[in-house]
Amino acid sequence: MATKSKRVPILFRPAPRLVRHVLLIAFGLFMLYPLLWMVSSSIKPEELIFREPGLVPSEVTGENYAGGWDALKHSFGYYLWNSAVITALAVVGNLFACSLAAYAFARLDFPLKKLWFALMLGTIMLPHHVTVVPQYIAFSEIGWINTIWPIVVPKFLATDAFFIFLMVQFIRTLPRELDEAAAIDGAGHWRTFTRVVMPLCVPALATTAIFTFIWTWNDFFTQNLYLTDSDSLTAPVALRQFMDASGDSSWGPMFAMSIISLGPIFGFFLAGQKYLVRGMATTGFK
Amino acid sequence: MTPSSTAVGSAAGTTEPAPASAAGAGPRRRRRKSSRARSQAWAGYLFLAPWFVGLFAVTLGPMIASLYLSFTDYSLLTEAGWVGLDNYEEMFTADDRFMNSLKVTTIYVAVSVPLQLVFALGLAMALDKGLRGLPFYRSVFYLPSLLGGSVAISILWKKIFGVDGIVNTFLGWFGIEGQGWVTSPDTALWTLILLHVWTFGAPMVIFLAGLRQIPQSLYEAARVDGAGKLRQFRSITLPLLTPIIFFNAVLELIKTFQSFTQAFVVSGGTGGPVDSTLFYTLYLYLKGFKNYEMGYAAAMAWVLLLIIAALTAVNFLMSRFWVFYGDEK
Repeated sequence: MATKSKRVPILFRPAPRLVRHVLLIAFGLFMLYPLLWMVSSSIKPEELIFREPGLVPSEVTGENYAGGWDALKHSFGYYLWNSAVITALAVVGNLFACSLAAYAFARLDFPLKKLWFALMLGTIMLPHHVTVVPQYIAFSEIGWINTIWPIVVPKFLATDAFFIFLMVQFIRTLPRELDEAAAIDGAGHWRTFTRVVMPLCVPALATTAIFTFIWTWNDFFTQNLYLTDSDSLTAPVALRQFMDASGDSSWGPMFAMSIISLGPIFGFFLAGQKYLVRGMATTGFK
Repeated sequence: MTPSSTAVGSAAGTTEPAPASAAGAGPRRRRRKSSRARSQAWAGYLFLAPWFVGLFAVTLGPMIASLYLSFTDYSLLTEAGWVGLDNYEEMFTADDRFMNSLKVTTIYVAVSVPLQLVFALGLAMALDKGLRGLPFYRSVFYLPSLLGGSVAISILWKKIFGVDGIVNTFLGWFGIEGQGWVTSPDTALWTLILLHVWTFGAPMVIFLAGLRQIPQSLYEAARVDGAGKLRQFRSITLPLLTPIIFFNAVLELIKTFQSFTQAFVVSGGTGGPVDSTLFYTLYLYLKGFKNYEMGYAAAMAWVLLLIIAALTAVNFLMSRFWVFYGDEK
C-alpha cells in the first residue's frame, strides 16, 4: 500500500484542469505510441521502418499491404474469413446457450439449483488447461482436428460460464412482475424467455456478443492447437506462421497484416464501447 | 469465489417467495402451485440442457480424464500405462525446466499484477471527479487491454524491443547503448512484464465504476472536518475501494498465471532465450502437444489448478485483514 499512498500527492495536487489534461494526453500518447508506430510503419517502405521513430512517414507506400496479403499459401483474406466464421459461430453459440442457462438460474426454481449454480460459478475460475489435454485427445479421435468444431461446439454448450454469470446478474435486476404478468396472460417459460426477458436483456447480450467476438478473434492458444493445417489457419495463427516463415526480413508486411487483423477488434471496440464499459463494471461486483 | 459471486450465489439460490395471492389459498390453489413448481423443474432442466451437456462432456468429464491421465505416461500413440505419482515426482525433483517455468511465471505474476493494479487505480483516480473528456481518456487507456493478448501486439513487442527496435533508437538519443532486450535472458521476461502492465485498462474500468459508488457526502464531511486530499484518500477512498481492489487482484492473478500468447510469440514458441520466458502454460503446451507427453501435461495442468486454487484461497484468507465491506460495522 505504501507505493499507492506515495502516488497520491501527484495525482491529488489541485492541478489546474489544463495541466491535468496535458498530462493525461501525454500519458495517453505514450500508451498508444506503440500502436501508432505500428500503423505508421505499415505504410513506410521497409528500409525506413527502423530508422524513423517518428509517427509521420516521410514516404508512403502500399507495398507492405499488397505484399503481406499474398505472402502465405492463401491470401490473408482467406484467413480472415476463417476467423470470421469461427467468431460469428462462437458469438451465436454463446448468446444462445448462455442466455438459456442464465434464464434458468435467474428465474426458474428446480431441484439442486444451488448445487448447479455453485458448479457453474466454479467453472469460471477453472483454468482451461485442466481440460485441454483430454479434450484434444477426444477431438482428435473423432477427427475434428483442423476443423472449426473443437472451437465452436463448446460455445453452443455454454462452457463460457462467465457470460452465464453476467446474464444472471442482469436478469436479476429486471422486475419479476413482468414474468408474473406474462404467466397470468398464459405465457409459458419459453415465451416469457423469448418475448419478455430477452428483449430486455439487450445490453447484457450485446456485452456477451462483443466480448465473445474480441476474445475468440484474439484467441491463439486453442486455434493454434486445433488448426495447424495450412488450409484451416485463422488470422492469428497465420500471422504467427508468417513470422516464422519470413524471419526478420519482412516486418513491413507483417505489421500491415497485424493492423488488418486488429481492425475488427478495433471496430467492435468503437461500436460497443458503451456496453464493454458497462459490462466490465457490472460483472466487476454488485 | 469472489465476494460478488458468493453474494449472488446465495441470492440466486434462495427459493422465490410464493406469490402473495397463493398464500393461505384453498387446496385448488395449492394444486395449481405445485403443478407450476413441477413445470418449473422441467423447464429449468430443459433450459439448462445445453449447459449440462457442456458441463459433463466438455468440463467435468475431461477433468476426470485429465486426472487419470496425470497418473499415466500416455503419448497419443501408445496405450496409457499407469505410472502412479511418477509424473508429479519428476516435476518437482528431476525436471529443472519445470521448476524454472514455475519460477519465471511467479516472477511474472508477482511483479506485473501489483504494478498493473497500481497503474489502474492511479489512472482511475486521475480520471474521476467530473473530468471532461472522460469517455475519450477511458477508451485510450482501455484499448491496449483489449489488444494486448493478440498475436499482432506480441509481434510488435518483439520488434520494439529487438536489437534494431525503437526502444534502442530512443536510448541512442541519450547516448545509451541498447541491446537486444527480447534476445537477452536477463531482460526478455521484463519486456513481457511491461507488456502486461500496459494492459491495465481492464482493471481501471472496474476501479472507475467502484469510485463512482463512493458517496460524495463522505468527502464533503471529511472536508468539513479539515481532512486533506491525502487523508481523504487514505481514510475514505482506499477502505471503501478494498472490495474492488480485492476483486481485481483475484481476477488478474488467475488470468496472469495462465498467460501464454505473449511468451509463445516473443520467444518463437520456445520459451527462450535460455528458458527465460518459459511460462508455465507454454511449458505445458510444449510437453503435451510438441513432445506428446500427454500424461505429464495433464499432471502439470492439475498442479496449475492446485496453485491457482491455493493462491485464490490465500487471497481470500488475507482479505479478512484488509478488505472492508460497508455492511459490516
